[in-house]
Amino acid sequence: MPGLFCQLKIMPLSLHQAVMAPLICSRPVLVPLYGHKVPAGFPSPADDYIEGRLSLDQYLIQHRDATFFVRAQGNSMTGAGIFDGDLLVVDRSLHPSSGDIVIAVLNAELTVKRLIQRDGLVILKPENPDFKEIVLKDGQDLQVWGVVTSTTKKFV
Amino acid sequence: MPIALVDCNNFYVSCERAFNPKLEGKPVVVLSNNDGCAVARSNEVKALGVKMAEPWFKMEKLAKQHGIIALSSNYALYGDLSARVMSILSTFSPRQEVYSIDECFLDLAGFEPTMLMAYGQTIRKTIKQQVGIPVCVGIADTKTLAKLANHCAKKRYAGKDGVCDFGRYTPTQVSKLFATLPVGDIWGIGRKIAEKLIAMKIETVEDLRMADQGEMRQQFSIVVERTVQELNGISCIELDAVNTPRQQIMVSRSFGQEVSNYDDLAESVAYFATTAAEKLRKDGSVAANLCVFIQTNPFKKNDPQYTPSRVVPLGEPTDDSTRLVNAALQGVKAIYRSGFKYKKSGVLLMGLQAKHAVQATLFDNAAAQEKSAKLMTVMDAVNRRMGRGSMTIAASGTKPRWAMRRDSKSPGYTTDWDELPVVS
Repeated sequence: MPGLFCQLKIMPLSLHQAVMAPLICSRPVLVPLYGHKVPAGFPSPADDYIEGRLSLDQYLIQHRDATFFVRAQGNSMTGAGIFDGDLLVVDRSLHPSSGDIVIAVLNAELTVKRLIQRDGLVILKPENPDFKEIVLKDGQDLQVWGVVTSTTKKFV
Repeated sequence: MPIALVDCNNFYVSCERAFNPKLEGKPVVVLSNNDGCAVARSNEVKALGVKMAEPWFKMEKLAKQHGIIALSSNYALYGDLSARVMSILSTFSPRQEVYSIDECFLDLAGFEPTMLMAYGQTIRKTIKQQVGIPVCVGIADTKTLAKLANHCAKKRYAGKDGVCDFGRYTPTQVSKLFATLPVGDIWGIGRKIAEKLIAMKIETVEDLRMADQGEMRQQFSIVVERTVQELNGISCIELDAVNTPRQQIMVSRSFGQEVSNYDDLAESVAYFATTAAEKLRKDGSVAANLCVFIQTNPFKKNDPQYTPSRVVPLGEPTDDSTRLVNAALQGVKAIYRSGFKYKKSGVLLMGLQAKHAVQATLFDNAAAQEKSAKLMTVMDAVNRRMGRGSMTIAASGTKPRWAMRRDSKSPGYTTDWDELPVVS
């Protein structure tokens, strides 16, 4: 029962006694009369059935150590449901295949596009007719940073 | 029994590059706290002759000339990427010893010896693809040799594509290679010992490997004798897979600018005590004593110098931020003298022990302890979620004058919702 305290002052000890002293303290130490709570009342009947709550992390992230969040900017991917300001979940452990939405390194910038491999060509395809496809030239190396696995937007 | 040492290349620079491809191929340095000196250099910077720990002001001219990009250290980013790298590496072996922020040993006992080079490549590719960090892998029968193999892989003295397995070489080949490596390249042979060895005509790794063990022990210590044995493939330094809890926790920083008034100094130690308390709780430990120290700038020889410290006993061992901050303030109050320009302060927690193993005393206040534990749990949770320093003890101040200078820090790409990488 907190609130019921008795005060106990540890007196200063003389030198030869100090060896035995557990602690030396010039301030008073408060000692509660009853330090521990006694559980009372009835246990909840649901106690045995409690399961972990659902977590969005668990739903959206497969490989925790290789998953990063990035922020989308612009309108080049609106056709795929990715809008300006959306939060993209990127899994860097997935092997990119044709048709995946990927984060690629293009001209030293990170860009989000759909990866298409067709007739020996590698294409970064925007999902918006206002934007042009980027066809990689022969010998141009494409560095895929990661595969976009989902997008999130907040309304409130 | 083969052991691998996996080491991240130019780790801090690589972390910066992982999120900023523009830095690729450019000379980049990461500067220490207060933007003082180089703590990480890209290969391009190393090629320009910039040494580790070289002060920034000394290389400023060179930097202008060659367009060196200097970044302030972003420890939140490096810490997060390190944790990811180590976690992924732990899946490659049943036993891992995390040796530092950017390197770890892996036990490869029982793996098919002829496959280790390929396994090393898999490790390299995995870390590069999944976290974006380039690593090198050294494989050998002892920790000392694995370190050396890693060094050879990194410098391309041996091995292939960043992986070197000494087990793939014949004894003659190894001897030849070791004869080209200076003795100072060996793990555990510091500059002083190296100088003494060279004076004794022990100049290369091979010289030390062939040295008389008894003589080495006589001349130096058991440590050097062990090194000789390790170089000969006899394992003397065990893989420490269990992380031994820290014996003490130190948090100290140099200030961005010197401070001389008491309030600023008190704020700084309160802040350091808060940070130390967080580390303490993360380790599941409690501290019995707290030591506070403040220091003037030893490089300003004309300024009056004063470097006091004070140990404050905590009574019953604690991990409570409020109690640690109180003790730190009590300590700094006792040692503060006006008229000095202080450059640094710090807090050292000592007498650490596991929280669950603390002997209860007659004077324990269980109700208060429970309350404190709850408060600290909430504080840590809030700080984890909202970012460090979101909830803190008021004594540690809000916009401190003593704060570190980090003029060109990169964003908190993985630790701050407002600073995520942007893709278009």
